[in-house]
Amino acid sequence: MSVKLTEEMLKALPDDRGHFGNYGGRFVSETLFDSLLQLEREYERLKNAPEFTERFDRDLADYVGRPSPLYFAERLTRETGGAQIWLKREDLNHTGAHKVNNTIGQALLAHFLGKPRVIAETGAGQHGVATATVAARLGLKCKVFMGSEDIKRQSLNVYRMKLLGAEVQSVDSGTKTLKDAMNEAMRDWVTNVDDTFYIIGTVAGPHPYPMLVRDFQSVIGRETRRQSLEKVGRLPDAIVACVGGGSNAMGIFYPFLGDEAVELYGVEAGGLGLATGQHAAPLSAGRPGVLHGNRTYLMEDDDGQISATHSISAGLDYPGVGPEHAWLKDIGRANYVSVTDDEALDAFRRLTLVEGIMPALESSHAVAYGVKLAGEMDKDQMVVINVSGRGDKDIHTIAERDGITI
Amino acid sequence: MSRIEATLSQLRRQGRKALIPYITAGDPQPGETVRIMQTLVAAGADIIELGVPFSDPMADGPVIQLACERALRHHVSLRNVLEMVREFRQQDTQTPIVLMGYLNPVEALGYETFAEMAADAGVDGVLTVDLPPEEADTLVPLLKARNLDVIFLLAPTTTDDRIRRISQHCSGYVYYVSLKGVTGSAQLDATEVAQKVAHIHEITALPVGVGFGIRDARSAGMIGRVSDGVIVGSVLVDTIARYQDKPEALHLALSDILRPMREALDELAS
Repeated sequence: MSVKLTEEMLKALPDDRGHFGNYGGRFVSETLFDSLLQLEREYERLKNAPEFTERFDRDLADYVGRPSPLYFAERLTRETGGAQIWLKREDLNHTGAHKVNNTIGQALLAHFLGKPRVIAETGAGQHGVATATVAARLGLKCKVFMGSEDIKRQSLNVYRMKLLGAEVQSVDSGTKTLKDAMNEAMRDWVTNVDDTFYIIGTVAGPHPYPMLVRDFQSVIGRETRRQSLEKVGRLPDAIVACVGGGSNAMGIFYPFLGDEAVELYGVEAGGLGLATGQHAAPLSAGRPGVLHGNRTYLMEDDDGQISATHSISAGLDYPGVGPEHAWLKDIGRANYVSVTDDEALDAFRRLTLVEGIMPALESSHAVAYGVKLAGEMDKDQMVVINVSGRGDKDIHTIAERDGITI
Repeated sequence: MSRIEATLSQLRRQGRKALIPYITAGDPQPGETVRIMQTLVAAGADIIELGVPFSDPMADGPVIQLACERALRHHVSLRNVLEMVREFRQQDTQTPIVLMGYLNPVEALGYETFAEMAADAGVDGVLTVDLPPEEADTLVPLLKARNLDVIFLLAPTTTDDRIRRISQHCSGYVYYVSLKGVTGSAQLDATEVAQKVAHIHEITALPVGVGFGIRDARSAGMIGRVSDGVIVGSVLVDTIARYQDKPEALHLALSDILRPMREALDELAS
């Protein structure tokens, strides 16, 4: 990188049009435009207003159970024989993943905007559950869109959403996964824009979503920073997080963007291997394009049609990625790598057996890369892996691999 | 003067309204598209909106989504669509053609290449559903430099400020989306549309075409009365789906939908 980017420059984005360099923006049909402007205005007004922040902070503490621990994985570290491995335990949040940090923030925005109905898309079902949860608590009507393929893979979460009072709409169009659920949610939103708030689950979509989801999720990075200083007396040498849309990664990266010495690693789903084309790794093997309201790296064919993706984890099975990650890749501030299905499964088993912590298959991608990285680092160094969610929802997938029917 | 402007100003002089059918290119198969376009013209179309198939048509309802899927089974690309326009132009040098679609296929081809190829093939206008003027400052000058009209959408939620701003970037006509929803939605409120279109006419001199929810002669007549033209999509695309295996019947069925609309619009003139 020829120009040294200051912390202020890194953190000043997006610009007032919602751009992170060439990425981001507001590529939506006209009907939604005014709603996005209204959301942006309301968010700018509320984000530093005590009536909003005090309630958000209180909910994160008393309802989600924050701060989540930064845990020293002593046995895993010893077995790996390299840098100290610390785990940021987002799996211990209420509803079992980092997703709830964001849904609490957006549901509060819906409340302040006076919208009685919320909708969401979901892949693994974690964001759907987190949305249904806050909707139940605030008495909002809730509809969650989920690809029919994912409904099969994540039946437990589907039932959880229904128990929480949400309607789960099966989406049969296209590839029947997360991207199609997002298309369908957009269609619902454009139809019901007057009374409906769209709670997007990741740092993608039209501006201001990538910004506000990042802001809500940055509590992960702020805590990690403080906990590192308190427990180890220094900042980590490396931070590793999985990247589908990229919200848990953006949340833990953001407060460290200005700390040049802290290496950031985003781990994409390598599926059956990048060479096979059967993966969900747009930053590693895609190119820039426009989908779902923003310009970012995409998996697409030569004609600009979006490709089908593959990952063992439904939450990473998405052909795009948040625009801020696209920008961090281009300027070289973060490294984006990939891990295959098999490597993620091995990491799932290893963390379960060695530390008694069952990570979500999404988070297992971060564990796989983080452990590999730690093994190549010195013993006096420190790696933080974001365990973005717990693995209970994936037990069926694991059992199936073992030929066991539960 | 562009072919679109010429067509619309001639209609205006005659006191007539534009009939603007939409079909998805390559549906039900690529070889059929040019013939379908000719059928539409014979049945009274003034302008044709030709949809470029996209894998993720977020602003469209199920009818046009399925049309995209049918076309994409034949791998119909933006380049293929431009070839279809070129072929159509060999027979018909009068009827304006507007390409309607999503931005990503245009990004993949490259803005400059696209503008060049579209002008060369005989395209007259471009409407990109997910490209608001705020994001269009690179593409619009490239299109305008080649005398291609750039058409933008206005919606029931568009504020006066935006109507003003969008009209400044727009040429040919503005496309007023008659309802909050996706293509193929049914709940059209003619009174509300009349008020909004009258209001748009106060702000801009551009002709206003109205689309979404127009499915028969009655709705075409109602909307034609208050606008400069009607855009008809899903009912035609749905017919293409139903007759996909009966090509001869398909052309008759499309004419049978369009002709009564043409008559209803022309009755307004008398």
